[in-house]
This record gives sequence, structure tokens and C-alpha cells, in this order.
Amino acid sequence: MSAVYILWKRELIRYFRSRARLVGSLGQPLLFLVALGFGLGPVFQKAGQGNYFQFLGPGVVCMGILFTGVFAGIQVIWDRQFGFLKETLVAPISRFEIMLGKTLGGATVAFIQGVFVLILSMIIGFKVQHVLLIPIALVAMFLTAIFFTALGISIASILEDMQGFQLIMNFVVQPTFFLSGALFPLTGVVSFLSIIAYFNPLAYGVDAVRGSLTGVTHFGLGTDLTVLVIISFVVLAIGSYLFSRVEA
Amino acid sequence: MDDIINAQNLIKTFGNFTAVNDVTFNVQKGEIFAFLGPNGAGKTTTIKMLTTLLRPTSGTIKLNQIDAITHPEKARKTFGIVFQDPSLDDELTAMENMEFHAVLYKIPGRERKERIEKFLTFVELWDRRNDLVKTFSGGMKRRLEIARGLLHKPEILFLDEPTQGLDPQTRNKIWEYLQDLNKETQITVFFTTHYMEEAEQIAHKIAIMDHGKIIETGTAVMLMEKTKTKSLEEAFLKFTGTAIRDEEASGTDKLRAHAFRWRGR
Repeated sequence: MSAVYILWKRELIRYFRSRARLVGSLGQPLLFLVALGFGLGPVFQKAGQGNYFQFLGPGVVCMGILFTGVFAGIQVIWDRQFGFLKETLVAPISRFEIMLGKTLGGATVAFIQGVFVLILSMIIGFKVQHVLLIPIALVAMFLTAIFFTALGISIASILEDMQGFQLIMNFVVQPTFFLSGALFPLTGVVSFLSIIAYFNPLAYGVDAVRGSLTGVTHFGLGTDLTVLVIISFVVLAIGSYLFSRVEA
Repeated sequence: MDDIINAQNLIKTFGNFTAVNDVTFNVQKGEIFAFLGPNGAGKTTTIKMLTTLLRPTSGTIKLNQIDAITHPEKARKTFGIVFQDPSLDDELTAMENMEFHAVLYKIPGRERKERIEKFLTFVELWDRRNDLVKTFSGGMKRRLEIARGLLHKPEILFLDEPTQGLDPQTRNKIWEYLQDLNKETQITVFFTTHYMEEAEQIAHKIAIMDHGKIIETGTAVMLMEKTKTKSLEEAFLKFTGTAIRDEEASGTDKLRAHAFRWRGR
């Protein structure tokens, strides 16, 4: 297990060492919070849905986790191109340990990123309604982080180089975000959107964080957490399998 | 039975391309063994198979009597490796790279500091231990990789073109380290190179590989006598011809092309 720990630690050292990336990656969530929060806020209010910040905050938190997590996972490709992956692959440890260490490291980074975005949204105007449910929100955030980091590593195990990265961003990551109910309520949307949301992992993450922090849920907290736990384990298993087949 | 490396009938194919075609050889404990061949001869693919990074299509590999194909994790403890391309984490310091390696190879905490200091001093990088690797020159990175490869006290050290692109001073220094270490600890050194004079001066035994096969093995003197030449370089050219190789795509590239075609279906 010490191998898992050192792989986890490496991700954290790298994250905190590059301050530019740390600050830079807060830019996009900030833009969403400010532009959409203030821009669509009045419309949302007029439609009788209440304060849009209360709705948007958890969505943007999960967006931060989604992007950071997938990105952290996909970095395995970089490690492969810059050779560092070989150092871990020839070490006397199992592929599963490597996969687990990298996933936990990337997920921790994505989780911390999510916490930063949460703090940022609270500064701008998001209010936590149920302080006692914060731990549940954090659990949901961490599970979401695990899921998307493991997904990133699975994708990286299949891709040969960074050429396919843009494809993944446009056809996997962006749709996952925009169709998750992070930006608009899933109640009352056209049926195809709500059906897609049922199959969107991020929808459950967003719903769980929103449900625990503001009390408004679409699927229900129990369902959200159950789904998150199950799909996280499933994608970890798939990722371990795909990663075990990677040849240097 | 003093073979520390024993490879029997190794074959590796990528699609319908045969990168390594029925290769058999052995290396004795304590030997410095040079593995020579033109570009695309199959050297790197062979090293990857020996170091458990690639699974042979068929054949057997024993490292220090351990079957490297059925027990890769156990076999990995017996060797250290310096890859052709740098495999350090640039964003970490020299010390952190060494610590990372020490933990992966389960070197106990008390011994860890001591050994890291010993090997970083050995390659004259102890003073730079807290600098980020991205500030290092090519030669320093190579030295750090050698120190890292030795950290877990392997029986065998594999080096894939360790002196490629380095100035003569650094090259000399690197061979000095390795020869000292070989005398002192009887470590087996297995290396590839394109610098024939290195192989001639340093290697106890040489194998020449071309087109996926081993053409000849022996000491430098034996190879020169056999071809009636005066230097290993001339002998090498006699064995492998003087035609320039269109750099054959490496095994990985072949694999990539293959995977790409396969995915298109």
C-alpha cells in the first residue's frame, strides 16, 4: 500500500507546486458563476424558481471536479509520452496499485479543486442551507472525483497520444457537463433531456451536492449516493482492466 | 548455471511484422554485456521483453533464475533500468524522484536516506538534490537515472543507449561509474549503444543483432579476428553491411499502426 501512497503524494506535490495551474483552473468556474449567476439570475427569479446562485453553485462545483478529474486521469498519456510511466511500470508493484494510487491522487486534487470552487461560490453569494449536511456534500464530491478520474485513466489507457484529447473534451466531457442539470433544473425539461440525465453520472453528483447543501433534489439523496458508489466501483474495475493491458 | 540472464527462443511480432525473430542468448553474472545493432534491429524490443514491459509472443526469459514472464513482479526486483528516453518526473526534485523509487521498491525507511545519499554522491549530484529535475542538463538527468536504477541494489542493470547525445566528458564519467560498480559489487551490466569504441573498451562480451536475429556473439577480439578487421567498428560493418537503414519504425510504432488499423474495423 506504500506504493499507492507515494503515487497519491506525487499527484499532490505536482498540484500544489504549479500555482499557475491552480489559480488558472479556478478561472473557468469563476466565469460561469459570474456570467451565468448574475446574467441569468433575474430570469430565473422571474420564473419563480428563486435565487439562481443557490441552484448554480453546486453545479459549478461539480464542473470543477469533472474537468480536473478527467484531466488528472488523462495525464497518464503525458506520463507515457514523457517516459515517467515506464518507471512505475517496471517497479515491483501491481498494475492495480498504480491505477489506485493515480486515481486517489487525481481524485484528491479534483476534490480540493471542488472545495476551492465551493468557497469561491460562497464568497460570490451562494448560501449553505444545511450546515449539518456538509459532510454528505463532501462525500458526494469525492465520489464524483473518483468516478471522473478513473474515467480519465480508462480513456488514457485506450488513447495512444494527446491527439484524441480534444475529441474527448468535445464529445464526452462537455456534453456530460451541459446535460447534467448543473445549469438548469431537470424538472419540466423536454423528455429526451431528462432521459439523458438518467444516464449521466454527473447528474447524480450535482444532485447530491445540491441536495445536501440546499435541500433541493431531483433524484433524491439516497438514490444519488447509491448510484455514485456503484458507478465509481464499476469504472475503477474497468479502468484497472484497461490499464493492466497498457504496454510501454 | 551461472546465467543471470537467460533468454530462449524469444519471438515478438506486431501484426505481421516480426521485430524479434527467435533470439537465444545468455549473460553470466558479473559480466558487462553489450548489445549492438543498427537502428530497427530489435534491440529496444528485446530490452523491453527482458524488463517485463512487453510480453514476448513466444519464448522464455529467466532473470537470476526467476521466470520473468510468469513472475514479472518478482523478476522486477532483480534489475534496474535506464531507458533510452528520460523517465524522470521533471516537476519533482532529484531527491523526490529517488524517494519515489525507494518507496516503489519497498526500501525500508531507515536505509532509504542512507542509500539515496550514497548513490547521489556516487553520481556527483548530492549537492543538487533539492533542485527540480527540469533544471538539469541531459547528462545530469542520465546520471540521476543511473543512481535511481541502482538504488534498490539490483543484480542486473539494463541501459538502453545510456550515453546517447552526451559529451565525451560525461560519457567517460558514466562508464567510470559503471565499471567501478561492476568491479566492486559484481553487478551485471547489459547495455546497448551505437558507439562502437565504448563496446570495444568496456564490454566483456558483445552480441550483434540485425533484422531481429542475433548474428554473432563473442568478445571484441573474437569478433575482430573472425572478420579480420582492426576495430570493432569495422567488424560491426562487416557483419551488418554498410547500407544506411531507413529508420524502421520502432516496435511501439508498429503496434500503434496495428492498433489503429484494428480500431478502424
